[in-house]
Amino acid sequence: MATQHARSAARLMMAPAVILLLGWMLVPLTMTLWFSFTRYLPMRGDSIENGLPWVGFENYVRFLGSSSFWPSVQATLLIVGGVLVITVILGVLLAILLDQPFWGQGIVRILVIAPFFVMPTVSALVWKNMMMDPVNGMLAHLWRLFGLTPVSWLSDASVQSIILIVSWQWLPFATLILLTAIQSLDREQLEAAEMDGAPVMARFWHIVLPHLGRAITIVVLIQTIFLLSIFAEIFVTTGGSFGTRTLTYLIFQRVVDSQNIGLGSAGGVYAIILANIVAIFLMRIVGKNLDR
Amino acid sequence: MSCMTALRASAALALCVSAGAAMAQDTTITIATVNNGDMIRMQGYTDLFTEQTGINVEWVTLEENVLRQRVTTDITTNGGQFDIMTIGMYETPIWGANGWLVPLDGLSEAYDVDDILPAMRGGLSHDGTLYAAPFYGESSMVMYRTDLMEAAGLEMPTAPTWDDIRAAAAAMNDPANEVYGVCLRGKPGWGEGGAFITVTANSFGARWFDEEWNAQFDQPEWEEALTFFVDLMNNYGPPGYATNGFNENLSLFQQGRCGMWIDATVAASFVTNPNDSTVADSVGFALAPDNGLGKRSNWLWAWALAIPAGTQQADAALQFIEWATSREYIELVAENEGWANVPPGARTSLYETPEYQAVPFAQMTLDSILAADPTNPTVDPVPYVGIQFVAIPEFAGIATEVSQEFAEVYAGQQTVQEALANAQALTNDAMEAAGYR
Repeated sequence: MATQHARSAARLMMAPAVILLLGWMLVPLTMTLWFSFTRYLPMRGDSIENGLPWVGFENYVRFLGSSSFWPSVQATLLIVGGVLVITVILGVLLAILLDQPFWGQGIVRILVIAPFFVMPTVSALVWKNMMMDPVNGMLAHLWRLFGLTPVSWLSDASVQSIILIVSWQWLPFATLILLTAIQSLDREQLEAAEMDGAPVMARFWHIVLPHLGRAITIVVLIQTIFLLSIFAEIFVTTGGSFGTRTLTYLIFQRVVDSQNIGLGSAGGVYAIILANIVAIFLMRIVGKNLDR
Repeated sequence: MSCMTALRASAALALCVSAGAAMAQDTTITIATVNNGDMIRMQGYTDLFTEQTGINVEWVTLEENVLRQRVTTDITTNGGQFDIMTIGMYETPIWGANGWLVPLDGLSEAYDVDDILPAMRGGLSHDGTLYAAPFYGESSMVMYRTDLMEAAGLEMPTAPTWDDIRAAAAAMNDPANEVYGVCLRGKPGWGEGGAFITVTANSFGARWFDEEWNAQFDQPEWEEALTFFVDLMNNYGPPGYATNGFNENLSLFQQGRCGMWIDATVAASFVTNPNDSTVADSVGFALAPDNGLGKRSNWLWAWALAIPAGTQQADAALQFIEWATSREYIELVAENEGWANVPPGARTSLYETPEYQAVPFAQMTLDSILAADPTNPTVDPVPYVGIQFVAIPEFAGIATEVSQEFAEVYAGQQTVQEALANAQALTNDAMEAAGYR
C-alpha cells in the first residue's frame, strides 16, 4: 500500500508524460475546432498573425451541403466494410489453416504476416506499378496469357482495387489475432464432438466460430479505427478519382488543393464525429461480447 | 523537474539548430525545383556557378504535384525553407499580388530583361512588375508521325482544325497492331487532363466563367467540346486513356504507339531524340488545332525561378537566378549538349540564333508560344487571366475536382451530361465559398 507521500510523488513523476500527451492531442484538436469556425484562406492572405474572421457555422453548412460530401461518406463506408468482410472471412480460414501442423509452418507464418510490415505507400506503389498496370503489370500479363484484354484496374474497378490493396495489408493482422484465439480452443471439446459424429461444418459453426466471436469483434474494432483514416493507398493509386474519394481524402483536398483550411477543419470535425459514432456503436457490441 | 530538464534540453537543442543554420546561411542557398529533364541538367552545372561566385547551392528536387504542395505550404505559412522556388505561370501573379515574392527589378544590365519573350514576361508579372524569371517556356502543339500520315495518303496542314485531327486519327488508327490514332491526356489533375480539356474547350468557344464569375459548364459549348473529345478518344485513342498524363503519352509515342500527340512543345526534343525514341526521324509538327472560331487549343506555361519574400539571402538568390536564366547559360548547354537540348521558350535571342533555327521544332515552338494570349484566352470575354488555368487561388482545387469528374466519363463511369452537371455544381459551390458570387 502506497503512502500519501509516495502517491503524490508518483503523480508528480507522471505529470510530464500526461501533460505532453494531453498537449499532443488537445492542441491540434482545439486548433482544428477554432479554424473550423473561421475563414482561413491562406492563398488570399489570411494568417493567424493577422487574426482570422469568425464565420460561425458557415464552414459546417458548406461542407455538409457540398455535392461531394455524401458520395465520400459512402465511399468511406464501402471501403471500410469491404476490407472488414474480406479480412475477417479470409482471416478465419487462414487461421484455421495455419493452426494445422504441417512442415515449414514457422516460415509460412512469417510469410503470411509479412505484408503488415510493408509501408502503405510502398505497397500501394508496388500494387499500382507491378501488379495492376494495364500494360506492364503482372495481372495484365496473366490476362494476356489467357487471351483476355487486360483490365485497367485503377480506373475501371477502382474501389475494388483499393479494397484489395488494403485487405492485403490488413489480412495478416486479422490472421494473427484469430490464430492466437484458435490456439486457445480446447482440443478435447473438438475431439468429443467428432466422436459424437458432428460433421466438419457443424463443428466449425457451433464450436470454432463462437469461440472466435470475441477475437473477431476485436479485429473489427481495431481495423475500423485505422481503416476510417486510410489515405496513402488512395493518394498513390487513384488520387481520389473514380469514386475513391473518402472523407479523409476529401478533407485533404479541401485543405491542400483548395487551400481552404476553415472548410477542411469543419470536415475534420465531421470525421471525428463519424469515427466516434462508429466507435460507440462498436464498443457496445464488444462490451456485450465480452460480458458473455 | 523532468519537465524543466526537458525544456532546457529542447531550448539548448533549438539554439544549436538555429546557430548551425545561421552559420550555413553565409554561403548556401536552398532551391526547390521540379524533377524534369532541363532542371536536372542545370543541377549538373551548379559547380560552375559555385566556382564563379563562391555561393553553395543545395537542391530539393520534387515531383511536380509534391513540389506545388511543398512550396505553397511554405509560402503561406512563411516557413522560409527555400531561398529560390521553382514555380509556374499560375502561382507567380497570385503570389506576387500577395507580396510573397521579391520583385525582380534589381536585375543587371547585362542580363537584358527585355530579351525575355513578351508572352512569358507578361505571364510572370503582376501590375507590370516581374516576380519570376523564366527558366524555360512552352506552349502546346501537334506532334505526328510523318511515315504513318504518308502511308494513309494524308497531309497535315500547318494549322489544322479539329476535323483534320479527327480525319488523321481515323486514318492512322490500327488497334490490331497497337497503333492508336491519337494520344491525349485524360489523367485527373488540373495541370494534367484538366489543362488539356480546358484548352480544347477554349477552341470550341467554351469558357470557365462568365463575367459575373458564374460557372459555364451548363452551356452547349462545353457539352460539344467534351463530347467531341470523348468520341475522338474512345474511337481512336489508346485503351485506359483516363489515366494517361504527359509521361504516359510520351512513352507511348516514343514506342511508336501513337499516330498523333498534342502536348507540350518541350516534348519535341524528347520524341526527336534517337536515344529515347524509336520514331525520332519521322516526327512532324503542327500548330494545336482550332475549330474555326479564332482561338487555337494551345496553352502557355513557364517554369520560372522566384525568390520568396522571407529569405535572408535575396542577393545570392538573385545572383543565381541571373546565372540560370541568362543567355550565357543557354550557350553553356548548347556547347556541351547540342542546341536541341537548351531550355527553350524563354528568350527572344534564342530564336534569332542561326544554329537554333536549324533545330526542326524551333520555329513551330515559337509560333505556338506567339499564338497564345493569356489575357484574352477565350472566344467570349472572361474576367480572368490564363489559358489552361484561371489565375485565381481557388482554381487548383476546383479544376482538380472537375478533371476527376471528366476522367470518370473517359473511364465510362458516367455520361458527359452527368459530369458537366456535377462540375457546374461543385464549381459554383467553391466560388460561393470563396466569395465571388
